[in-house]
Amino acid sequence: MEEFFQQLTNGLAVGGIYALIALGYTMVYGVLKLINFAHGDLFTIGSYLGLTLLTSLFLSDRLGPGAGIVVLALMVMGLVALVGALLERVAYRPLRHSPRLSAVVSALGASIFFSNTLMLIYGARFQVYPQGILPKTAIDLFGLYVPLVRVLILGASVVMMIALYAFIQKTKIGTAIRAAAIDQDAARLMGIDVNRVILMVFLIGPALGGAAGLMVGLHYGQINFTMGWVYGLKAFTAAILGGIGNIPGAMVGGILLGVIEALGAAYLSIAWKDAIAFGVLIFILIVRPTGLLGERVAEKV
Amino acid sequence: MSLLSLRRVTKSFGGLTAVHSVSFEVDSGTIVGLIGPNGAGKTTVFNLITGIYRPDQGEILFNNTSLLRLPTHRIIALGIGRTFQTIRLFQNLTVLENVLAGCHCRMRCGAVSAMLGLARHRKEEKKAIEQAMNALAFVGLEKSALQQAKNLSYGNQRLLEVARALATEPKLLILDEPAGGMNEQETAALIDLIRKIQEQGVTVLLIEHDMNLVMRVCEKIVVLEYGSKIAEGSPPEIKANPRVIEAYLGTEED
Repeated sequence: MEEFFQQLTNGLAVGGIYALIALGYTMVYGVLKLINFAHGDLFTIGSYLGLTLLTSLFLSDRLGPGAGIVVLALMVMGLVALVGALLERVAYRPLRHSPRLSAVVSALGASIFFSNTLMLIYGARFQVYPQGILPKTAIDLFGLYVPLVRVLILGASVVMMIALYAFIQKTKIGTAIRAAAIDQDAARLMGIDVNRVILMVFLIGPALGGAAGLMVGLHYGQINFTMGWVYGLKAFTAAILGGIGNIPGAMVGGILLGVIEALGAAYLSIAWKDAIAFGVLIFILIVRPTGLLGERVAEKV
Repeated sequence: MSLLSLRRVTKSFGGLTAVHSVSFEVDSGTIVGLIGPNGAGKTTVFNLITGIYRPDQGEILFNNTSLLRLPTHRIIALGIGRTFQTIRLFQNLTVLENVLAGCHCRMRCGAVSAMLGLARHRKEEKKAIEQAMNALAFVGLEKSALQQAKNLSYGNQRLLEVARALATEPKLLILDEPAGGMNEQETAALIDLIRKIQEQGVTVLLIEHDMNLVMRVCEKIVVLEYGSKIAEGSPPEIKANPRVIEAYLGTEED
């Protein structure tokens, strides 16, 4: 039983990370009907920026471990959001009225550009996060000892998801984002600046992805310039699993995928981890092609 | 005084001239009808006014401001509201949220204050909900505020489009076939509604195929055929105009 709960909390933490990345895919898809293939690399950029800021600013020494990590996370999120906005401006906006395939090719190009830039700057080897940023203690959860990092990751991702959901549901910009996702022309005729909505989406999604990158660095301790590909693919799977374009869907899909993967790896075989994740995707697509929370799309005749 | 003025506006799509050198004025406070056979270029004119298309030639002035270089959302902010020929509501949002989307351009607070949950922002959101409810009450949909838009009846969806356009606080409201698909009773209610909108001081420009409605509410009618203006005048003048009768009924052969 102990083993089961350890795996469950591990799966929830990894699932939280997947969910944060998946939100970036699903929001961009919702508004632009574009899969931002460079999103996984924005996540990696978050990881590397976190490393650089950690080793150059010594925030934990100056502000204490608690405030230090919060400030660090905010800086990483802000910087990755800027990279995301820049990506939209340079790689996607000029292609707004081109066939969709052009934007997809541009996204793949941006992905290669980002990962290679990281390699040139940091080198191709694994980079190691400094130790002791977070105390290596375990937290007692109902008699179960769970590492602090894991609890923090899950807590932080849940807080960010709730904040995002409230923002999308309750504020006027949230309403504008949802309106633009349904019908851009009609949104314009309501006086909504669709370009600003798209910019918002490319600020929020990458910010969450960057936070996820930082979490992976803190959790696993080592990062690599190619890791965005695997994490991106898993998060993309999570987004499809929950129903692409659907924000709660990405959250549910991410958490679910993390848990299934962790339990599958523990009880079946660790070598089958990825096969299990993608097997679930294939199964869901056969049974429910719109994803778990996806809207049933009415056929237009 | 003319609120909207089109001056020799031309728009071609490839070899097809959809709108050819069309000029007309919409005076402040009036109800103007734009009519013509199918494919005459009526909706294209609306799309040119709202910046969805750009004219090849000509000038469009609203309150003496040229609309030619403005993006659509800026044109809406100047005070032009519009509904669509085919219903284009935000189907998965509630009725209230649809209208709130229309309040968007009248709200000032940005993303940062929303994220910080500032008091000023909360006050503005509250005011927007109040305005949206007023717009819904104006068209008689306040009881359906929390339903999803797609669950409304067809006639009510049309009314919701009007409420949503009114929420942008337009000086000029452009209605594209508002009575399309409505039964006689609903059309009668719509006529009352259009007059009520005019009483609020809003100028109305509408496309409509229901001649009964057009003749009853419009003070001036502009007739298009094959992208060109063939007549302009009061309802009795238009009814008596031989060019218009020919366009609608064809010429008699003898």
